Amino acid sequence: MTDATSPISASKAPAGLLGRLEGSWSWIALGLAGLLLPLLDDSYFGVIAQRAYIYWILGAGLNLVVGYAGQIAIGWVAMLTLGAYTTAALAAGRVGGVEWHPYLALIASGVMGAVFGVIVGLPALRLRTFYFAMTTLGFATIVTQVALAWKDVTGGGVGTPGPVFPWPFDPGWGFYYFCFILAALATWITSNIGSSRYGRALVAIRDAEVAAEASGIAKPKLLILIFLLAGGLGGVAGGLFSSLQSYITPDAFTFEMSVLFFIGILIGGRGSILGPLLGTIILTVLPEFAAPLVQWSTFLYAALLLVIVLVIPGGIADLLDYKNRRPLEQHREIVPRPELLSRIFDVKSGPSAITLANIALHFGGVRAIDGLDLEIRSGEVHGLIGPNGSGKTTTLNVISGYYRPNSGQLKLNGAELPINKPYARAAYRIARTFQTPRLVGGASVLENVMIGGTIDGSGTFAESMLSLPRHRRDEKRLNEAAMRALATVGLESLADVRADRLQHSELRFMEIARALMLRPAFLLLDEPAAGLSAEEIRRLGALIKAISREGTGVLLVEHHADLIFDICDRVTVLNLGKTLAAGTPAEIRSHREVVSAYLGA
Amino acid sequence: MFASIVSYGLAVGAVYALIGITYNVMFSASRVFSFTAGMLGMLGGVLGALFINGLGMNAVLAFVLVMVAGAVLGLVTEILTVRPVLKSIEQHLYVLSTLAFALMIQQVTAIEYNTEPQPFPVLFPIDPNSWLGIVDQKFWLPVLACIVTVLGLEFLYRCTLIGRAFLAIAEDSYAARALGLPETRLRMASYAIAGVIGALAGFTGAQMLLAFIGNQAILNFYGFVPVALGGMGSNRGAVIGGLALGLFQQAANFLVGGIFASVAVFAVFIIVLLLRPEGLAGAAAARRV
Repeated sequence: MTDATSPISASKAPAGLLGRLEGSWSWIALGLAGLLLPLLDDSYFGVIAQRAYIYWILGAGLNLVVGYAGQIAIGWVAMLTLGAYTTAALAAGRVGGVEWHPYLALIASGVMGAVFGVIVGLPALRLRTFYFAMTTLGFATIVTQVALAWKDVTGGGVGTPGPVFPWPFDPGWGFYYFCFILAALATWITSNIGSSRYGRALVAIRDAEVAAEASGIAKPKLLILIFLLAGGLGGVAGGLFSSLQSYITPDAFTFEMSVLFFIGILIGGRGSILGPLLGTIILTVLPEFAAPLVQWSTFLYAALLLVIVLVIPGGIADLLDYKNRRPLEQHREIVPRPELLSRIFDVKSGPSAITLANIALHFGGVRAIDGLDLEIRSGEVHGLIGPNGSGKTTTLNVISGYYRPNSGQLKLNGAELPINKPYARAAYRIARTFQTPRLVGGASVLENVMIGGTIDGSGTFAESMLSLPRHRRDEKRLNEAAMRALATVGLESLADVRADRLQHSELRFMEIARALMLRPAFLLLDEPAAGLSAEEIRRLGALIKAISREGTGVLLVEHHADLIFDICDRVTVLNLGKTLAAGTPAEIRSHREVVSAYLGA
Repeated sequence: MFASIVSYGLAVGAVYALIGITYNVMFSASRVFSFTAGMLGMLGGVLGALFINGLGMNAVLAFVLVMVAGAVLGLVTEILTVRPVLKSIEQHLYVLSTLAFALMIQQVTAIEYNTEPQPFPVLFPIDPNSWLGIVDQKFWLPVLACIVTVLGLEFLYRCTLIGRAFLAIAEDSYAARALGLPETRLRMASYAIAGVIGALAGFTGAQMLLAFIGNQAILNFYGFVPVALGGMGSNRGAVIGGLALGLFQQAANFLVGGIFASVAVFAVFIIVLLLRPEGLAGAAAARRV
C-alpha cells in the first residue's frame, strides 16, 4: 500500500496531446518566434503579428470569461472600441483640452475597460447566460452609436487619429515589442489564473454552480474580478489598436471581430490557454492568405462558428484528448480507508450543534416543511428518513442555505445562521453532497476535489495572477489535501481521470472527498447510498461512521433502512413535512406508526 | 413636436414589440432565445424593397412572398440551429448557433444586396391631403401589424386546439410530450409563425427604418429589451414594453439627443434586470437544487 500522504507527482502532468503541448517547450517556441520575427525585417509580417498580439491581449481576458466561466460575452469587441477611443481621444486632447501622454492614455484605457467590463457584466452575476450575451451585444451596439454621435470626442463618422507611442516603443519594431511583451504578459497572467483555485472555481460555477456555492465560492465576487481583468485587457488592446490603425473610425470595429475572438476561443477548446491563443493567431493570419475571399470573410467566420458549435463543441482540445480515451480498468472496486481520516481532521474542535426550531417552508400552497425541530450534534450520525416528498432534501437545502424558511429558526451553537447565502456555509465548515452528483465533467477527479477546498486558500486574486509564493503554497497544500481526501475514500488511483468517466458509485465517493476538503464540522449527505451495491453500501457506512467519530456531525438522508439503522446514533422520521417520530434506531424500529407508514412490517 | 414624438415613438415601439413577440414565440416553444429575431426584421424590409423596387413586383404579391420567406427561415432556424443543441440547453450553445446563422444571412444580404440603407416603397397610394393621410402610413402600418398580430395570437392560443397545444408545450414540454403531443412538429410550427411575425415587423416598419442590414443588430437588442422588461414569454409585456421603449427613445432623441437616448435605454435595461430579474411583470421562478 502506498503512503497516501506523499505528494503525487502524476497529478501535475496535464492531460492529452494539447495538454502536453502546454508543457513549457511550446511556450518557449512561441516566445522565440515572437522575439525573432523582427529579424525577417518584413514590416508586412510585423503589422500582421502586431494585430495578432493585440487581438490576443483581448482574447486572453475573454478566454477567462468564455472558456472558463462559460459566460457568452459575444459583444466583447466593445471593450476594444472603448479602449481605442479612450486612448485616441485623451492623447489628442479631445477631452478637457489637455493632451495626455500616450502611455498614460493607454493606462486610462485599461481602467475604462475594467470599469465597463464590470458594468456590462453586472447582469451576469444574477441572471441567466442569455441576458449577459444580450447586454454585451447591446453594449457593442450602443458604443458604436455613441462613437458616431459624440463628434467632439470621437470625431463621429470621420474618425480620429490614434496616438504615436514615443520611445522606447516608437512605431516599427519598438511598437512591435511593446505589443509582444503585453501579449506575453496577458498570457502569463491568465494562465496563472486559469490554473489557480480561482480558475477551478470559475469552471465549477460554469458546470456545477450549486456545488460551487456549497464549496464556499461566491459567484458575484469572482465574476467581478474576472470582468475587471478581462475588461482591462480589452481596453489596453483597444489603446494599442488605435495606435496600430493610426486612424480610427466606428467602421473599424465590426461585429465580425467579436465573432473572430469567439471562434478563436471555441476552436482552441474551453478551459485551455494555448488552444485559444493558437486559434486567435490562425484566425488573424488566415485572411491575409485568402485575399479573394475577403468579402466573404464574415460569412465564413459565422459558418465556421456554426460548424464548431454543432460538430465539435469541445474544441480541438477535446479532439486531441487521447489520454482520456484510453479505456479504464474494468470492475474497479472502491476501498475507502477510514483510518486516514485522522490526517484530514488534524485540528479537533469542541462539541457543537446545528438546531432547527419550528422551521416551516411553503412552496405556494404546498407545505414542504411544516414546523420541524431537529438537532444535529457533533460526533453523531443523525438519520433523516421518510417517504418521498416528506421534506428530507428540502430540510437539507434549508440547512445549507438554498431555501429561505417562511418561519422558524436555524442556529449553529445558539447563533443564527445566515439565510439564503449558500456560499457562506463553507466558512462554518458545513459541507454537503447532492442527490445527483454535481461535478465538473471535463476536469480531473483531483481538480474536482480541490474545488472543495477553495476557501482554504490564503493568496489573493492578484497574488495568483502573478504566481507569488503564497499562491504557490496554496496550490501545493490544496493538491496534497485533495490527494489525502481521495486516498481516504479510495479513489486515489483515479485522481487524473476526467470526472465524467467515473461510474456513478465512484462519483458518490468523489463528492464525499470534495466535502472532506472542508474538514467539515457538519456533513450533510443526500442519499449517498443510492445506486451503490450492497458491498459498497457497507463500506460507505463504515466511512460515514468513522467521519462522525472524528467529531463531525453527520446528517444522513437515506432510503436504505439497513444503513440507517446500522450507523445512526439518532433517527428522525418525516412525513408530510412534520416529524413523525424521533429517537434511537431501536425506538424507531419499534414505532408503530413508522412501521406501518414507511418501513412496512 | 409632440405629435411627431408620439407617432414616431409608437411606430418604432410597435416594431420593437413585434420583434419581442418573435423572441417570445420561439422561446415558448423551445426555451431558446434566438438571435434570428432581428435578422427576420431586417430581412422583412430588405426583401420587401428588393421585390417591389428591384423586381417590380406587385405589393400584395411581394408581401405574401416576404411572409413565406420568413416562415421558411423560421423553419431553417429550428432545424439547423436549435434542434441540434436542444439536448444540452444548459450550455446555451443556441446563443452561438442562432447568432452564427443570423450573421451568415446578414452577410449574404450585405454582399448580394446592399450595405447602405435603401428606400422602401410607399405601399398604399393615399393622398396626404385627404383625411386618410393625416397620419402617415409609415407610422400606422407597424401599429396595425402589431394589433393584428396580438389579436391573431390571442385567437390562436385561446380558441384553437393547436394553439392550446402550443401553450401546453410552453408550460411543460415534458408533460406535453407524455400526453402524445408532437413536440417537434409544434416547435417547427412555432418557429414558422415567429418567422412570419418577424418578417411582418420588418416589412411594415421599413418605410420608417428603411431596408438596411444594420437594422439587424439594432432590432436584436431593442426588440429584446421589452421582453426582458415585460417578462419572458409574455406578449402583453412585450407590447407594453415595446411601445414604452419607442416613446421613451423618441422623446429622449428630441429632447436631449441621441447619445443620451441610447445610453439611457441601456442603463434602464441593466438596472431593471438587476432589480427585477424576472421582468417588471413576471413572477420569480423557484430555484431548483
